[in-house]
Amino acid sequence: MSKMTFKNKPTSARYDAIVVGGGHNGLTCAAYLARAGHRVLVLEKRPVVGGAAVSEEVFPGFTYTSCSYVVSLFRPHIMRDLQLARHGLEIIPLEASFLPLPDGDSLCRWSDPHRTRREIAHFSAKDAEVYPEFSLAMSQLARFTKSVIDNPAPDPASLRPRELSQALRASEGLRMANADQRFLYMKLLTMSAADFLDQWFESDVLKAPMSVSGIIGTFLGVRSPGTAYVLLHHYMGEIDGAMRAWGFARGGTGGISNAIARSAQAFGAEIVTEAGVSRVIIQNGKATGVVLENGDEIHAPTIVSGLDPRRTYLGLVGEENLHADTVEHLGHYKFRGSSGKVNLAVDRLPEFACRPGDGPHLYGDIAIAPGVGYLERAYDQAKYGEFSERPYINMVVPTLVDPTMAPPGKHVISCFVQYAPYDIKEGAANWPTRREAFGDAVVDTLAEYIPGLKDSILHRQVLTPWDLETEYGLTEGNIFHGELSLDQLLFLRPLAGWAKYQTPVRNLWMCASGTHPGGGIMGASGEMAAKAILGRRAA
Amino acid sequence: MPVGTPFHPRTSELCTSLFYKDWAGYYTIRSYDTCHEREYYALRNAAGLIDVSPLYKYDIHGRDAEAFLTRVMAGDVSRLPVDRCRYLCWCDDHGKVLDDGTVARLDDEYFRVTAAEPSYAWLLQQSRRFDVVIEDSTDRLGVLSLQGPTSRDILMRIAGPRIETLRYFGLMKTRLGGVEVVVSRTGYTGDLGFEIWVDRAHALQVYDSILEAGHDYRIQPVGLDAMDVARIEAGYIMNGVDYFSANTCLIESRKSTPFEIGLGWTIDLEREPFLGQAALKAEVANGSAWAKVGLVYDWPAFERLFAEYGLPPQLPGGAWRSAIPIYSQQGQQVGQATSGAWSPILKDNLAIASVRPNWAAPGTILQIEVTVEYERHRVPAVVTPTPFFDPPRKRA
Repeated sequence: MSKMTFKNKPTSARYDAIVVGGGHNGLTCAAYLARAGHRVLVLEKRPVVGGAAVSEEVFPGFTYTSCSYVVSLFRPHIMRDLQLARHGLEIIPLEASFLPLPDGDSLCRWSDPHRTRREIAHFSAKDAEVYPEFSLAMSQLARFTKSVIDNPAPDPASLRPRELSQALRASEGLRMANADQRFLYMKLLTMSAADFLDQWFESDVLKAPMSVSGIIGTFLGVRSPGTAYVLLHHYMGEIDGAMRAWGFARGGTGGISNAIARSAQAFGAEIVTEAGVSRVIIQNGKATGVVLENGDEIHAPTIVSGLDPRRTYLGLVGEENLHADTVEHLGHYKFRGSSGKVNLAVDRLPEFACRPGDGPHLYGDIAIAPGVGYLERAYDQAKYGEFSERPYINMVVPTLVDPTMAPPGKHVISCFVQYAPYDIKEGAANWPTRREAFGDAVVDTLAEYIPGLKDSILHRQVLTPWDLETEYGLTEGNIFHGELSLDQLLFLRPLAGWAKYQTPVRNLWMCASGTHPGGGIMGASGEMAAKAILGRRAA
Repeated sequence: MPVGTPFHPRTSELCTSLFYKDWAGYYTIRSYDTCHEREYYALRNAAGLIDVSPLYKYDIHGRDAEAFLTRVMAGDVSRLPVDRCRYLCWCDDHGKVLDDGTVARLDDEYFRVTAAEPSYAWLLQQSRRFDVVIEDSTDRLGVLSLQGPTSRDILMRIAGPRIETLRYFGLMKTRLGGVEVVVSRTGYTGDLGFEIWVDRAHALQVYDSILEAGHDYRIQPVGLDAMDVARIEAGYIMNGVDYFSANTCLIESRKSTPFEIGLGWTIDLEREPFLGQAALKAEVANGSAWAKVGLVYDWPAFERLFAEYGLPPQLPGGAWRSAIPIYSQQGQQVGQATSGAWSPILKDNLAIASVRPNWAAPGTILQIEVTVEYERHRVPAVVTPTPFFDPPRKRA
C-alpha cells in the first residue's frame, strides 16, 4: 500500500462531528460515523495517524512498528463493516510462542497440538496432557466473555430497563456456563496469574511464559491478585473467526490504522494531521467545537475524544468545567505505565544459541521469561522505582512474514519490555538520562540468548514510558489509556457513572481505550462509541 | 503409482509433512509443513514457489500454428503478439467446454498451450488440415510458479532489471542461473507472480537459484493447498471441480458452455469460424442455462447458527470442493456451490457457485447449506462479483 498523506488544514469550519485524536479507535469511530452519513473531521496532532498503532521509518529502509506490535482482539465484524481488507488490512497469525532458556534448553508452543505436547513433555509429562485441557477450559470461559466485550458495559447500579437489558445481553454468555465454569471464572477474577497456573501445572518453564499475559501493561507482578483474569484475553483473540491467539499486521500495526483511515476517507471522513487540539469549546455545559493549537476554531454538535481520560477531562475540558468530585475520582484513575519498547534494525536474522538457524520457531512471539521467580524479581525492582535489570521481553521479528519492512535480508526486531516504571526514582522527567541504560539492559538481556545480536544491530530505538507519554500522548506511558485492572473495567471505565462513552459535558464523547472494553488494538471502544452517538441521535 | 516431477529431488527434501497428492500422475505436495498457513501468507506477503509441472503442456510449431489455434480455441489467438499469453478455453462442436488454460506465443510460428486434462489426441485430431507439429511437452518441461509481492524482486536479482518490464500476461525468454528459461507473468493466485518454464534437464539448477535468491525476500516453498485458497480468492475456476470437461461427462447436464462458467469474456464470437462457434452464437441469442457466481456467506448469520449449538463458527481448514446445494430465499434449489474457502485476508467465507441466471445478479441473496452437528441448515449468502481479492500489484 502506498504511503498515506493527509491534509494539514480542515476544508470547513463546521462539521457534524469532530474526532480529536487519530488513534485506531478515533479512526474507527470516525469511519462508523461517516458510514452513517455524518460529515466527520478527525484531528491528529502528529504527522501520521494511528496513535500507538503506528508504523514509522525511524531508520532509513526499516519500518518500525513503534509502539504496539501484535494484534489479538481486533473485532472481526469491524473488519467486515469497514471493509478493511479492501483497504489493505491484513493480519497474519503468529505461528508459535518460543521461550529460549539461559541453560541452552527451550520450549516452543505451536498451533500443532502434538508438537506442543512433545515440547512440554520434555519438561513435564503431566503438564503436556493438562495443557490442552487448560486451553479448552479457558476457551469456554473466553466465549462466555465475548458478549461482554462486544456490548456496552451495563451499569449494575441502575434499574432502568435499558441498563437491565444490556446487562442481560452482556451476561448472555455466562448464563450458558455450568457451575464448575462459574467457579473457575470467580477464581480467575480474584487470583494471581501465578497462583492460578499453579493449580494446573507443575513446570515453571511452562508457567512463566503463560503467566506474563496477566501482567502486560499493568503495574502488577505475576503473583499479584487479579492478574489471572487477563489470562483469558489470550484465549479471546479471534483471528479468522476461530478463537486464535495473536497476529502480526502487514506493514506493522500502522497498517491497521492506515486501513481504517482509508476506510473512513472512503466513507467521506476528513482527516487532518499536525492539528493538535488545545481545548473543547463549551457553551452552557455543551461542547460545541474545538480550538486548535494554532487558535483556529472548528464547530460541530458532536465532539469525540480519542484521548485518554486524563487528557480528555483535564486537558480538553479543563478542571474549571468539571465537578470537584469528578476531578477527585479522576485523580484515582491509575495510569502508572510499566513498560517500554525497544526496536532494533539488524543486518541478519537473530540466531538463538538454544535453537540455531532460521526456522518456524521465529515466526511467532519470543518471550524472555525463564521462570516465575525471574518475572517477580523483575517486578520487585520496578516497585522501588528502577527498571528491571533483567526484564520480561516479548520479542517479534515482523520482517519474517512481511519482508517489505526492511531491506532484503535485513530485519526488524520489536521488543516489548516490562518493567520500566514511569515513576523512576530519578523522577519521570529524568527518563531521558536513563533511556540508553534501559536500552542497554534490554540488549544485554537478549544477547544472553542471541550471542551475535550486538554485532548485528544497525540502529536502536528506545521508547521509555516518558517517551510514550511525550511523543504518543499516552499518559504516564500506559499503553492501555489506564490500567486494565478489575477496578477500572466495565462500568467503572473510566469513571463510575460515565462508562457509556459520555462525559459530564453534553455532546462530548469518549471513544478510546480508556472506555469499555479498552485495551489493545480492538477497535471495540471506537465502534461502540460511534453506535452510542448514532443511537442518541436516532432517539 | 505417481512419478516425481523434475523438481521432486528438491521438493521432497523440503516436504517435512509427507503430505502429497496425485496430480495428473505426479507426486505433488499439498503442504510442506503440517498446515498450509505459512505458505498461504507467503503468497500474499512475500513469495511462494510452487511446483506446477504436472500441468499438461503442448508446444505447437509450424507455419499454420496460428491458424490452427485460431480454429480450435474459443478465444482469438490470431491477434496475440509474440511474447504475450492469453487465458482462454476451448469447446467441442456443441459449444461445451473441453478445458481452459493459457496460450503463450513464443514466436511467430510457435505457441504453447496449457491444459488441465490430457488434450494431445484431441489437438492432433483437429490438426489434420494444418501444417503444424504438436509436441506433448508435459514431461519435458518443469514449471515453477513464483507468486507473491516480492516475486519480481527475486527474479530481478537473478535475471536482471529487464524482468521489471514484463507486463501482466507478457512473457520473456531469459536466463536464470545460467539456464535458458521462459518466464511468463502468469499464475493461479491472483497476485503479482510469474511462471518459469524450464527444460527438465536444468530444472534443479533453476530451482536452486530461485530459492537462493529468494532467501532475502522470505521465499517459501508452497504446496497446492495454499494455492487453492488463493485461487478461490482470485475467483479462478478449476476444471474437474467447478466444471467438467465435456469429453469426460457421462451425462449431458454435467457439461458446461463458456458462458455458463463465467468465461464469456474470453470468447470472440464475431470472427473466422472456430469450434463451437455456432452453438455459442445460438446460446447468446437464447440465453444460458447457468451462470457462475461468487458467493459470500452472511457471517453474522453463520456465527449465530453455530452459537445456537454453543460452538464458535467452524471454518474449513483449507479450500473445499465438495458441492453444496444453493437455494433461493423462497427455498427452491437454484444451483450448487462447487468450491470455496475461508479467506484469511478478506475475513469472508467465500464460495464459487453455479446458479440459474435469474439468481445471478450481484447483490442477490441466496441460501447456502451449512451442516452443524450433523444437522442441515441454510444461511444467507450474497452474490458477489469476482475476483473477491484483486490487489493492484497483480497488474502493476
